[in-house]
Amino acid sequence: MIGLAKEYCGKRVIDDLSLEVEEGEIFGFLGPNGAGKSTAIRILTTLTKPTAGRALINGFDVAKQPHMVKSQFGIVQQHLSLNRELTVRENLELHARLHHLSKWDRDRRIDELLDFVDLTGFAHQLIDKISGGMKRRAMIARALIHRPRILFLDEPTVGLDAQSRRRVWDLIRGMNTEGTTVFLTTHYIDEAEMLCHRVGIIHQGRSMAIGSADQLRRNLGEIAVESKKDGRTRYCYFPDKETASKFVLEMKAADGVVMRQSNLEDVFIELTGRRVEE
Amino acid sequence: MDAYTIVWSDMMMLRRRFAKYLLTTLLSPLLYLMAFGWGLGRGMSVNGTGYLEFVVPGIIALTAMTTSFNGAGTRLNTDRLFFRSFDECLMAPISSLSLLAGKAIIGVYRGLVSSIAFLLVAMLIAPGIHIGPLFVLSLLLTCLIFSFLGVLAALLASTHEDMATFSSLILLPMTFLGGTFFSLSQLPLALKMALYLLPLTHCSMCLRAAALGGSFPWWSLMGMAAFLLAFSLASMAVLKRLSV
Repeated sequence: MIGLAKEYCGKRVIDDLSLEVEEGEIFGFLGPNGAGKSTAIRILTTLTKPTAGRALINGFDVAKQPHMVKSQFGIVQQHLSLNRELTVRENLELHARLHHLSKWDRDRRIDELLDFVDLTGFAHQLIDKISGGMKRRAMIARALIHRPRILFLDEPTVGLDAQSRRRVWDLIRGMNTEGTTVFLTTHYIDEAEMLCHRVGIIHQGRSMAIGSADQLRRNLGEIAVESKKDGRTRYCYFPDKETASKFVLEMKAADGVVMRQSNLEDVFIELTGRRVEE
Repeated sequence: MDAYTIVWSDMMMLRRRFAKYLLTTLLSPLLYLMAFGWGLGRGMSVNGTGYLEFVVPGIIALTAMTTSFNGAGTRLNTDRLFFRSFDECLMAPISSLSLLAGKAIIGVYRGLVSSIAFLLVAMLIAPGIHIGPLFVLSLLLTCLIFSFLGVLAALLASTHEDMATFSSLILLPMTFLGGTFFSLSQLPLALKMALYLLPLTHCSMCLRAAALGGSFPWWSLMGMAAFLLAFSLASMAVLKRLSV
């Protein structure tokens, strides 16, 4: 993405967004609801045109070469976008047909992916008859059917229970190990920390920082010190434990002081002045 | 081929509830036939033809219009705004023409299934109906016109209410004014001219002439082709605007 911008009714929902996702990495776009994550995905997946700037996928311009771009990516949308009146297998077959897979390849690939997402036993169930977690897994299988080079996942675990969430994470790691580049959006800190090689923090349509979770933490300070004053919590960050300990000892009121390792949430709050969930 | 894929998915869905679909789609034309053909029009004749036989081609035009419009339009509207599965089609590497054709053909075959089913029942009641190439052509064109109109309405609609409003403002008046239940020859010239602006008027006239053996209104057939061209081009323009 190079200087990407999108305006809706005169309001900029994405502003001067520039970043590059490396081939083979899991890249996470972390930001609260309304930060512009989904809009960025819609531009990258040819569903909407940017107001300004360019976006390239494997060298193809999404606005100028949409047809070429469409065969490069797979997408798992935030909302259920499967055809509910078709079975799991029929949904995969529809997608495979739309991507021009031959009958032989189609059947083989569907079997392979149903196995990958543990849905072989539910292949002939209508989408409406399977659980939320299974639906999400079916969407992942569908997105992978044409062997895309990059997979977009828009809030892939939103609304899932803990077990289904972990299963989806395993699938994301699994497909990445097999060579698929993953670009996901999330507003879950732990998801970004556990899954992503690099994270881009987005706030009000602007990219605030990009790097690995460790890099971002290091830039802020590895150690966080929380102290309470007048009912408010104050956060200070230090490059190491020694400096942090020295600071704590020098503090006059040491009540409710907590020293801990910093995390992505600290990075997010420092950069944006608010929590991701807000 | 891509258009067939779009149609294939709908056929898979329809296969599961074909009997239910047929029953619901036949109910309305059969009620019209009973109310207007047997009830209101018993003993009446129009231009020397028994009213029952006169009204059957009109009801076929009406059935083709409703089922094609709903088959293409209502389904697309639901896929686009409710299930949001239409985005998957927009993101697939297929041409806009294939996508548009596929969505319209869904309406055409649903329209044909319902019209033919009604026709089979109607032929038992009014055996004088003649089915020839011109009748088939007129029926096919009727289904195409209203399928594309349905696609156009669904692509323009931004809410489900928009579709309902479109049906109430456009389809409902056409149902009763499009030459379905009466002959236009009985009307004052100004009103007749106004009704020629409705595509259903031309569909009813062509189907009626082909079914009852009167002189065929070729200019109405041309009018149908013009409506088809206008609706399909407008649908393509709106689809192009929706996709990158």
